[in-house]
Amino acid sequence: MKIIPLILITIISIAALAAEQPEAETIIRRVDENITPETRIATSSMVVHGRRGSRTIRSRSWIRGTDQAFTEYLAPPREAGTKMLKLGDELWIYSPDTDRTIQISGHMLREPVMGSDLSYEDHMEDPQLSGRYTPELEGEKEVMDRDCWVLYLTAKVDNLSYPYIRIWVDKERYLPLREEWYGSGESLLKTLEVNEVIQIQGRWFPKRMLIKDVLKDGDGTELVIEEIEFDADIPDHIFSRAALRD
Amino acid sequence: MLLFIIKGLIRDRSRSLFPLITVALGVIIAVLMYSYMSGLTQDMVDTNANFSTGHIKIVTRAYAELIEQQPVDLALLDIDEILREMGELYPEIDWTERIYFGGLIDVPDEAGDTKEQAFFGGIAANLRDPASKEHKLLKPADYIVRGRMIESENEILLSDDLATTLKIEMGDEVTLIGETMDGHMAFTNFRVAGTVRFGVMMLDRSALLADINDVRHMLDMEGAASELLGYLPEFDGERTDRLAAGFNENFSDPDDEFSPYMLSLLDHDNLRGLFNYTDHASTILISIFVFIMSVVLWNAGLMNGIRRYGEIGVRLAIGEDKFKLYRVMIYESVLIGLAGSLAGTTIGLAFSYYWQSVGIDISGAMPDVGMMMSDVLRTRVTTGAYFIGFIPGLFATTLGAALAGRGIFKRNTAQLFKELEQ
Repeated sequence: MKIIPLILITIISIAALAAEQPEAETIIRRVDENITPETRIATSSMVVHGRRGSRTIRSRSWIRGTDQAFTEYLAPPREAGTKMLKLGDELWIYSPDTDRTIQISGHMLREPVMGSDLSYEDHMEDPQLSGRYTPELEGEKEVMDRDCWVLYLTAKVDNLSYPYIRIWVDKERYLPLREEWYGSGESLLKTLEVNEVIQIQGRWFPKRMLIKDVLKDGDGTELVIEEIEFDADIPDHIFSRAALRD
Repeated sequence: MLLFIIKGLIRDRSRSLFPLITVALGVIIAVLMYSYMSGLTQDMVDTNANFSTGHIKIVTRAYAELIEQQPVDLALLDIDEILREMGELYPEIDWTERIYFGGLIDVPDEAGDTKEQAFFGGIAANLRDPASKEHKLLKPADYIVRGRMIESENEILLSDDLATTLKIEMGDEVTLIGETMDGHMAFTNFRVAGTVRFGVMMLDRSALLADINDVRHMLDMEGAASELLGYLPEFDGERTDRLAAGFNENFSDPDDEFSPYMLSLLDHDNLRGLFNYTDHASTILISIFVFIMSVVLWNAGLMNGIRRYGEIGVRLAIGEDKFKLYRVMIYESVLIGLAGSLAGTTIGLAFSYYWQSVGIDISGAMPDVGMMMSDVLRTRVTTGAYFIGFIPGLFATTLGAALAGRGIFKRNTAQLFKELEQ
C-alpha cells in the first residue's frame, strides 16, 4: 500500500518537470526572435587562422530581416573597398581593383569567403531555424558555465547546406552557445563555439565566436563583433546593386 | 644441307606457305601490340610530365600532403634561391617553376555585370619569354585553335571548349577570381589572346594558361611558385625514385612543413601502379600470344605431319635416321619462323610507324576520367619493336614443329612397308 503514494509522487514530479521544460519548437522560435532583429548594423573582425599565419579582415554590415544584407570590407588594404550584397537568394561582390560587379552563384557559393572557414553559402543561409528545421530535444548540458538545452534539428526541406544541426541553447538567454553543422549522411562539417556574449538593447548576442571547418587544416576562423546596433533605420538604397559602386 | 631445305620449302609451298603466313600475321600483331603499349606508356609519361608532374617535382611538405588541391597558400618561397641551388646540385636536370591555381572566370556584359561564369584550372608558366623552355614542354603555340600566343601583360590562353561555352571572342576582357597566397580574394582582369585544345580531356574542359609573372601579381606570390618541375634528358622511373629519396633524406626536414620535398612522377595519381600494370599486362599479353601461336603452329605441324605421313614413312623406310629427320623438320621450322618473323616485323613496323605519325582520335570514346591522358592514341616504335616479333615468330614455330615432330619417334619401322602397301 505504501508504494502507491511513491508512484504518485514520481508521476507528479515528472509532470512538473515536463511542464517546466518548453517544447523544442518553442525554444527554436525564441532563439530566432532573439538573434534576428528587424535590422542590425555591425562592425566586425574576422580572424582567419591559416597554416602560414593569421590575418584579420574588418568589415561593416547592414542587415535587414533574413534576406537583405550589405557588407563593406574595411581592412586590410587588399580587401578594403570590396563590397558584398545579398538580396534573397542572390549574391554579388564588387571588386574595386577591377571595377566589376560579379555574381556569385552555383558551386562558387561553396567556396570559402576570403580563405575563412565560412562559405558564401553560409553567408547566404537564412539564420532563422524554426521554419526550416524540425527540432528534437536531446537533453541538457552545461556550456560556458551556462545551463543549455541540446537540440537536434532535421531539415524540413531538401536543399539546405546543412541538413542536420545540433545546437546548445542557453536556457535563460535563448542564445545558441555551441553548434555542430552536419552534411547529408550526418557527417560533421563545421562547428561553431561562442566564447563571449554581450547584451545590447535587451538582446543577448554572441560577441566572439570560433567557426571551424572540420575538413580543413588550420585553427578555424574567429569572428568578433566590435560594434552592433539593432533595429536601426537603414535606407533602402543600401540594399541595391547601385550601392556596390558608391 | 641448308640450301636443300630451302629449296624443298620453296618448291613445296604447301609445306611452307600456311606456316609462314601464320607466323607473319602473329608477328605483325606482336609488333603492333608492343608498339601500342610503348606508345601508351610514353604518352602517359609525356602528358603528365609536361603538363603536371615533371619527371621530378619539388614542393613544400605541406603542399605534398594536399597536392590534389594544389593549395597556393602552401607554395615554395624564395624560388630563385631554390632554383639556383637545384641548378648546382643537379646540373643535368632542367628546372621550371609553375603555379597551378583555380578559380572562377567571369565574363562581363556591356554594363560590367556578370554575363557568363565558369570554373577554370590555371597553369601559370614562363610563357612571355620566347626563350623559355615552357614552349617545348607545354607547346602552347602548337595547340592554338583561335587567336595568338600570349605577348603582353595580363593576357591568357583559354581552353577552346571553355571559351566556346562562355561565348568568349579573342580580345575579350574577362575577370579571374581566385584566392591570394594569404587567402585574400583576388580579382584581376585579363584579356583572352587565344584559345587552345591540347587533346587531353582533363585540360580541354577548363584549362587556362597565363604568364607566371601576371599570376604572381594577382595572387600576391612574388618570389614564390607552387611547384618546381624537373626534367631529365629521358624519364627513368628508378632514377627519379632514387633522386627523390636522396633529396628528401638530405634536404627535407620532417619537422618543418614548409621545407622542400621531392616527388617522382611515379608518386602522382597512382601512376606507379598504372605503369606496373601496363608493364605486366604487356608481358602477359605477349606470353599468351606466344602460347596461342604455338598451339596453332603445332596444329599446322600435325596437319603437315599427316600430309607428309607417306613421305616420312618412305624416308624412315630407306633408313633415314629418326633424329636426323626430326632435326631437319626443326631446321625447316626455324627457316619458316625466320622468314615469317622478318616479313611480319617489316609489315608490323610499317603499320606502327604510320600509326605513330597519324594517331587515332578516340576523344569520342574516352570516358570522363581524372587521369591526364591524350585522347589521340599513338604507337611508339622503339628498338624493342624490331626484336619483339622474333620471340613468338621463332619460338612458337620451333615449339610447334618440335611437338608435332615427336610423331616420328612413334613410327614402327617394321610396320612401315605394310603401311605403304595399303
